[in-house]
Amino acid sequence: MVSPAHFIALSVILFVIGAVGVLVRRNAIVVFMCVELMLNAANLAFVAFARMHGALDGQVIAFFVMVVAAAEVVVGLAILTAIFRARRSASVDDANLMKY
Amino acid sequence: MTVTVAATASTIATPHFEWSLLSPMLLVFGAALAGVLIEAFAPRDLRRPMHVVLTLGSLAGAFVLTVVLAAKSSIFAGGKPGVVAAIGTVGVDRPTLFIQATILILAFVSVLLIAESSHEVSSFTPQAAAVPGSAEEREGLLAGLSHTEVYPLTLFAVGGMLLFPAANDLLTMFIALEVLSLPLYLLCGLARRRRLLSQEAAMKYFLLGAFSSAIFLFGIAMLYGYAGSVQLSAIATAAQSGLASSTLLYAGIALLGVGLLFKVGAVPFQAWKPDVYQGSPTPITALMASCTLVSAFGALLRVFYVAFGQLTWDWRPAMWAVAIVTMMVGSIIAITQTDVKRLLAYSSIAQAGYILTGVIAANAAGLSGSLFYLAAYGFATIGAFAIVTLVRDRAGEAAHMSSWAGLGKRSPLVAGVFALFLIAFAGIPLTSGFNGKFAVFRAAIQGGALPLVIIGVISSAILAFPYVRVIVLMFFSEPAAEGPVVVRPSAYTGLAVAIGAAATVVLGIIPEPLLSLASHAASQLFVR
Repeated sequence: MVSPAHFIALSVILFVIGAVGVLVRRNAIVVFMCVELMLNAANLAFVAFARMHGALDGQVIAFFVMVVAAAEVVVGLAILTAIFRARRSASVDDANLMKY
Repeated sequence: MTVTVAATASTIATPHFEWSLLSPMLLVFGAALAGVLIEAFAPRDLRRPMHVVLTLGSLAGAFVLTVVLAAKSSIFAGGKPGVVAAIGTVGVDRPTLFIQATILILAFVSVLLIAESSHEVSSFTPQAAAVPGSAEEREGLLAGLSHTEVYPLTLFAVGGMLLFPAANDLLTMFIALEVLSLPLYLLCGLARRRRLLSQEAAMKYFLLGAFSSAIFLFGIAMLYGYAGSVQLSAIATAAQSGLASSTLLYAGIALLGVGLLFKVGAVPFQAWKPDVYQGSPTPITALMASCTLVSAFGALLRVFYVAFGQLTWDWRPAMWAVAIVTMMVGSIIAITQTDVKRLLAYSSIAQAGYILTGVIAANAAGLSGSLFYLAAYGFATIGAFAIVTLVRDRAGEAAHMSSWAGLGKRSPLVAGVFALFLIAFAGIPLTSGFNGKFAVFRAAIQGGALPLVIIGVISSAILAFPYVRVIVLMFFSEPAAEGPVVVRPSAYTGLAVAIGAAATVVLGIIPEPLLSLASHAASQLFVR
């Protein structure tokens, strides 16, 4: 039997995978995809909690988050494309003109 | 998030909006949308003047609306602590009105810098899409183009900054956070000179900002699971009853705190700040260092005073640790800096630590001290970045500190005003910085945080060293042969510097009016 608690556990696992990915991956696009994974983990938690509380709030919040995530993709890909065109590389290690 | 829907199918009760209470934010957002239309339809040569009038006009108008709201309504002048507006999503109360008015003035001064066009066409690139060093870029530079989209983007960011500290539920707060952040990510990447640095700053800010807002969002999810609602007052009520799982509550507080402390730039979430401040166009750095900081502290104060107000004993130890490392790391690393903008960035990190001591006090004195400090620091920091835009060499702004040597002999006025801002940051008496520090430290002592204040004073003493070094460099060393020139500021930058310097001196000598306004704003804390 799958209870809402299982969904919460899954969302925590997805969130941790996303967070670890942001910290260890080098390609900016992959880092950004890991951030999106974290947002989706939060969405899953919202929907599961909405089910547990028997209220619709959480499901509505998930829609808001999707819209925000879409807007973030627009801005993020614009910045990453500009960087890639200038440097021919999307690695976050290559962007190292400023340190300390 | 509680939308009341009539039970019968035929009639649907429309939600009630308090339009007048929301008017400052609506005006700014409306002007931002109008700016997008100007960008689409106005001829190219008319765009900049139209944008400048619209942007400055709407910010001034929103400020007037905020003052009228505060004076006329029963909130500020009367006895009520505040009103929860827009079906429970926005709290319009005394501290919020104070914070919004502060943001609007500081944004107005920053826009003066953004609109500056005398020493170059603009601080912004002709074509963000053109590769740095390419033929297209040269063409745009020769044609004297610049991105006028910066004005609507700035207005969207300022609108988000107004909503962020006013948000009474966490969903609204998240949306406001994104509305303020997304335009700033883009604005960071639009510098006219040193474009690779600027793009790098935009990428770093974007990736780390998106990471922190994802953490913030997961914190909201945990608190929603705990309380069954994202309203701050509902979370406070649930925390008081203590029925649900406290794991969710503590996870939520920690994750939400990480998201907010990132925006504030507290250690260990400060890594973005020096790079982004250095790489961004300087007018945008001024906007971020003043308005974003005020807005983020407003939201931090509201969340920790309203939603977690009963849990002071649980979050205070962690906040203590963050404040201590923020003050020490900010001031110690500032010593090693050789770039003026990076020095100001590390100084901003340390200042965030001082304001955190006011947050930790968790009483009305702490709130009023933080409000005063934010206003005082905002003016000084915009003034300092305005001076940075004036000292130029062939490659643009002469940000390396060695080229500032002997500036006091060549242009004593500019060097003198910069020295004024630096001694205000250092907290020397008779400047606004001293009164701000005094207010937050006194509140922290009242709140029982004496060790924190001692560390704060030590940190200020350390931080005074790099400032004094810059002053000595400017006044007591010989100017370099190929040194930078100080360009004559136009009315825009001149006005921005004058406002910053006047506020720093006036708030240093006669701080009572603003202090009493801040303590009146803070006397009943936030509306619940």
